[in-house]
Amino acid sequence: MANNQTKKEVVIDYEAIAKQESFKALVRKKNSFLWSMTVIFLAAYMMLPILTSYTEILHQKAFGEITWVWIYSAGLFLMTWGLCHLYVAKANSYDKEAKAIIAEYENGGGRR
Amino acid sequence: MSFTAIFFFVAIVGLTLVVTWWASKRTSSASDFYTAGGGLTGWQNGLAIAGDYLSAASFLGIAGAVALFGFDGFFFSVGYLVAYLVVLYIVAEPLRNLGKFTLADMITARFNNAKVRGTAALSTITIVLFYMIAQLVGAGALIQLLLGIDYWIAVLIVGVMMTTYVLFGGMTATSWVQIIKACLLMLGTVIISFLVLLKFDFSIATMFREMATATDNGAAYLNPGLRYTNGIDTISMLIALVVGTAGLPHILMRFFTVKDAQTARSSVIWATWIVGLFYILTIFLGFGAAAFVGKEDIIAANPAGNMAAPLLADALGGDILFSFVCAVAFATILAVVAGLVLSGASALSHDIYGQIIKKGKISEKEQVLAARIGSITIAVISILLALGAQTLNVAFLVSLAFCIAGSANLPVIIYTIYWKRFNTAGAVTAMLTGLISALAIVAVSPNVWNPVEGAAIFVGEPLIMLTNPALISVPLGFLGGFIGTLLSKESDEAKYREVDVKANTGISVQDVSH
Repeated sequence: MANNQTKKEVVIDYEAIAKQESFKALVRKKNSFLWSMTVIFLAAYMMLPILTSYTEILHQKAFGEITWVWIYSAGLFLMTWGLCHLYVAKANSYDKEAKAIIAEYENGGGRR
Repeated sequence: MSFTAIFFFVAIVGLTLVVTWWASKRTSSASDFYTAGGGLTGWQNGLAIAGDYLSAASFLGIAGAVALFGFDGFFFSVGYLVAYLVVLYIVAEPLRNLGKFTLADMITARFNNAKVRGTAALSTITIVLFYMIAQLVGAGALIQLLLGIDYWIAVLIVGVMMTTYVLFGGMTATSWVQIIKACLLMLGTVIISFLVLLKFDFSIATMFREMATATDNGAAYLNPGLRYTNGIDTISMLIALVVGTAGLPHILMRFFTVKDAQTARSSVIWATWIVGLFYILTIFLGFGAAAFVGKEDIIAANPAGNMAAPLLADALGGDILFSFVCAVAFATILAVVAGLVLSGASALSHDIYGQIIKKGKISEKEQVLAARIGSITIAVISILLALGAQTLNVAFLVSLAFCIAGSANLPVIIYTIYWKRFNTAGAVTAMLTGLISALAIVAVSPNVWNPVEGAAIFVGEPLIMLTNPALISVPLGFLGGFIGTLLSKESDEAKYREVDVKANTGISVQDVSH
């Protein structure tokens, strides 16, 4: 970053970064991942009250006295842990791309 | 009250005060006060998030609900945990990349407008106050029960303690109180769960087999439907849990307390595992209480079932475990209310006073002073309201806080990050529609109106049968923001691109490094 800036704030040309193809690609990729996952886990979650309120499917016994509703709920717990780790792995890889995007902008003459 | 009980209470009070004294020496700037200078490590912040998240409602409330209603109580555990994914996938990182101390900071990163900031601060303060009153009334009743002291003294003890942490130690002290509490809570819960499993020969199958006959509900105890019989209402409640969490100010504030996005993420992994394991263990707490304490005794101690976990500890571990669990419950309440005071104070002092009244022209010293005055104000108001609300059934206040968080805060967060056309008018209408509709629907709901005297605040027929307004108020919040945006021609694409770049790359965060 420029050392001759007197203020702490560095002037960044956001417009220039937003126009970079690499940035657009990252945002597209990120948003499609985040939202498709969100739709999936919210659907899986909302199926629980829908199934328990309007059907008897989850009331049936799965193992001994353990009914499917507990298995389904356990699945939601596993899903939460799994998606948590998936998110962190994905986000760390997006971080690398974001760094590359900023480097590209700094070298590409957005500022001179 | 026994010697062991006094010992545990004094130990917890002493330990947290030492932490506060230590933290007070490190609290000199506004950033120290609100965000612990962003200096927490991943596991520390993860434990602090868990400490904020696992309120007395989670520990005492869910254990009691599972004990009394079987699976229907466990709905809360599932909802609160999955809610974590909404925070993680949609809210946490953009919030962190755009904001400084508060939710309003994040929204005004795009719309630098006093009305937007004021409305965001208003919804934050409303949520915090409702949540605080519910926590304080619950705390008062609990400590009254545990220590045999008057309700008003109990509320004052908790009130003075929480104010002390926040006032002197700011976010550093508050975080450490939350960390200590999270560790104690997990320890207590694991010990009780272990003792419950011991009784069932360490077999989940045996536990379920015995639970099928342990209560007077028979096998129905193991299935949903004991408490929630209205499908629409159940769905509405589960919506409130999952979207509300993502808008709760004291949870959102925890993403500003670490230095970078990677640390924020590692703290989230810690928190998700701890919180998830805790919620799994609520099954053992609840089942154990139902089997070894029994419904009559649980209800006799507290009609809402809040004493189920302490009574179970007493039944399985005697006086020492009972005293320990009561002290943990006390620490739980302290940690959560301290977090709430801090988020309320940030809205009042940073947003309303610092940014709107003083227009950001405020020295570091004045900021810290304002933060302290704001903390006292929030604390005093909530203590006074809690003293007045003793006889009120306040359980609905928590669901109301969740609904406002989900209906007023979440739509505006999502639109700010993801919708290019969104504008100032949309932001204000989104928040006001969510806030007002949640309040209005609750005002005509069975929480407030019930034909049976004493069951609710007023005697009469509710206009709407939803006990939780989320099913209506959350879509209304989104719709309000949408219509408000379209009604105003204003639109600033350049500003959106800036926000988009910041949110996705975190480029501006380096500039505010501590």
